[in-house]
Amino acid sequence: MSPIFYVLAVLTVAGGLAAVLLKNTVHCALALTVAFAGLALLFLNLDAQFVGFAQILIYIGAVAILVVFAILLTRGTETPQAGVFSRSWFVGLVIAAGVFSVLGWAVLQSARVLPQPSAIPSVTVHDIGVALLGRYVLPLEIVALLLTSATIGAVIVAMHEKGRPQ
Amino acid sequence: MLAAPVSTHSVPVIVDQAFVLFKDWLVSFLPPSWRPAAGVVLCVIAIVCVFPGLFALTTVFERKGLGRMQNRYGPNRVGPYGFFQPVADGIKSLTKEDVVPLNADVVVHFLAPLTLVVTVFMGFAVLPMGRNMVLANLDAGLLFFFSMSAATELSVFMAGWSSRNKYSLLGAMRAVAQMISYEVPLLLTTVAVVMIAGSLSLPKIVAAQSGYTGVFPHWYIFTPWGLASFLVFAIAATAETNRSPFDLPEGESEIVAGYHTEYSGFKFALFFLGEYLAMFSISGIGVTLFLGGWSAPLSFLNVVPSWFWFFSKVMVSIFVFIWMRGTLPRLRQDQLMNFAWKFVLPFTLLNLGVTALWRFMGEGWARWVVSSVILVGVYVFMGRVGMFKKHFGPRSYRYAE
Amino acid sequence: MLGEGILKGMAETAKNFAGSFVSEDRLTTVEYPEQRIPTFENARVFPFLVYDGSDWAAGMRCVACQICEKECPPKCIYIEKSQDKKPDFVGKPQFYPARFDIDVSVCMSCQICVEVCPFEAIKMDTEFELATDNRFGGLLLDREELAKSNEYYHRIHPTEADEVDARLNSEKAAAEAKAKAAAQAAAAKSADAAKPSPAKPAPSTGGED
Ligand code: SF4
Ligand code: SF4
Repeated sequence: MSPIFYVLAVLTVAGGLAAVLLKNTVHCALALTVAFAGLALLFLNLDAQFVGFAQILIYIGAVAILVVFAILLTRGTETPQAGVFSRSWFVGLVIAAGVFSVLGWAVLQSARVLPQPSAIPSVTVHDIGVALLGRYVLPLEIVALLLTSATIGAVIVAMHEKGRPQ
Repeated sequence: MLAAPVSTHSVPVIVDQAFVLFKDWLVSFLPPSWRPAAGVVLCVIAIVCVFPGLFALTTVFERKGLGRMQNRYGPNRVGPYGFFQPVADGIKSLTKEDVVPLNADVVVHFLAPLTLVVTVFMGFAVLPMGRNMVLANLDAGLLFFFSMSAATELSVFMAGWSSRNKYSLLGAMRAVAQMISYEVPLLLTTVAVVMIAGSLSLPKIVAAQSGYTGVFPHWYIFTPWGLASFLVFAIAATAETNRSPFDLPEGESEIVAGYHTEYSGFKFALFFLGEYLAMFSISGIGVTLFLGGWSAPLSFLNVVPSWFWFFSKVMVSIFVFIWMRGTLPRLRQDQLMNFAWKFVLPFTLLNLGVTALWRFMGEGWARWVVSSVILVGVYVFMGRVGMFKKHFGPRSYRYAE
Repeated sequence: MLGEGILKGMAETAKNFAGSFVSEDRLTTVEYPEQRIPTFENARVFPFLVYDGSDWAAGMRCVACQICEKECPPKCIYIEKSQDKKPDFVGKPQFYPARFDIDVSVCMSCQICVEVCPFEAIKMDTEFELATDNRFGGLLLDREELAKSNEYYHRIHPTEADEVDARLNSEKAAAEAKAKAAAQAAAAKSADAAKPSPAKPAPSTGGED
């Protein structure tokens, strides 16, 4: 746990908190991007280059853009007058705490259940490729199928219905 | 920098490795524990000086070249033949008033040009600019490059949104839509290269192209799939850098200046710089992927140092950018999108298949014939039939007549 | 084939690019401060006031009728009528502008003032080098700056100026003839009365021309 880790952790958490607490939706989206970037840097800090760069490419380059586009194309960007908390914030908090505790428990258990690797494995892009198309090819294909059907679904939703004026 | 030993070549090491040796010599004055960090700092300084310098040169050459293409002189007043024009421009933009709109989101407005320039500069870190001349020899260098260029989209959006100006916002939306649409083919063409080279590391991709048959180099552009990829890459790169004919985000006749409408003075200069740096870096990556990076175009030309080849190839591609700008009119938004999704993308996907075929057909002339026939056939078919009635004709107005 | 037109266009610009270095006639640029092309006769920039003779104040044709002030679409003319009168080109006493300002930063060069002026007093100039370092008053031209001689008018718009001169001369001749007739009539009248009249013959001819 180097000082760099703490800096990045603070950055990520601050970005996440800002995304939840800021009033202006576009500011929230931008803060979310900061959180994504912090996460990517954390991956890089762990020497996971591929995941880190993919995180930037996909989350900052695509997901964040998609989020801001969705914001701009739907509701406009006016700052809401009322507070940012919805009425059911307590339920949300309970669910979030539940998810967090399950994940935390799993992470803490993994140290005990899985044997600790003796040395830090050096994972190259080549290894990741081999693993993805070798051992994990079935999950990969299933994900690909899922995404394809989602894309087709999106196109169908966006398509003009026949007989209706455009 | 790469620590690999200098391989066989006929140019004197002292010339070819001049910059590397100079850096090592400078660093050798420091205690050993500081040396790696100091080396990196020196390289960063070099990049931060060289490319803005090239930018200044390019602006004046671009204006002169465009002028010549339109039978004008171009700038010829400041200094001999007008070559001090960029100095004058720089002084002007530095001393200009920095106007921030009253309603603008000040923080985001301020951050947008900064993030743009910073992310664009990051891309240079992985470009091999000569033998052993790469700042960060990353295993996933190509991925790093594209993740950085993807991050610039967000700064464009930030600029457009924070200005609170309809033209800025429209320009930003156009820019982002265009960049997303053309990023897909851009990445897919590089996948073809990665499939053949078997690596995401840029120095390795250059090394894979560094052989010669007779005097001719093994550049990827000299293969059917490589040529097709290169053409698609060039189109997509032009769109990514918002250059004419894809300069809709800045279409003066429609939306003033697009996302940087509300920027003036030094912040505008930063956008301008960022745009040109993006051009350099995308040219650099194109050169690295398809044109053999720093390797000489003919084997006996290896007497010229490697960095010279890299920079001259980049400058040639910049000239082509300028040439296209002087020739082609701006596209319409629907043409742009149709072209991206209905022509470029399917063609790129097909090209990926052809690349796989090339990879598994083994050596021999058969793979040349097969892949050329497929690519040319599909290109002609799609150009003739596929693009037929794709709204490339005169515009029909639905509401205004 | 797709892309053919692009290549054709690129060839064209390449031809221009190379050609502009080889043949000088391709370059149509006039390098302005050093080289100039003569202005066209029908060029027009901003209005000026014509005067006859050599003294601008005495020869000013404008009679301060303020028609142009009222007609000017962007309202960039400001006129103050004089209290006294001075003789015009036919010698008739007329008002003259005590103040005549045109704000050329507002003027849109529409030439309406010229069209409506019944006295041929305001015409369009071809002088375009009006840059000034005075931000506030530099482009507000007063009557002295606006006054240009009839010879200057002849120089910049020869055809038009000849027409105007012909018209003015015929007007003047008509006025003189009328005056002569009036004088004759007066003389005849006084002869009838067999008593020399103390009255002078009405408008004295001459004036400034
Ligand atoms: S030219 Fe037009 S705008 Fe200018 S002073 Fe005359 S009437 Fe006014
Ligand atoms: S310039 Fe002509 S129209 Fe204007 S006030 Fe003088 S005489 Fe009248």
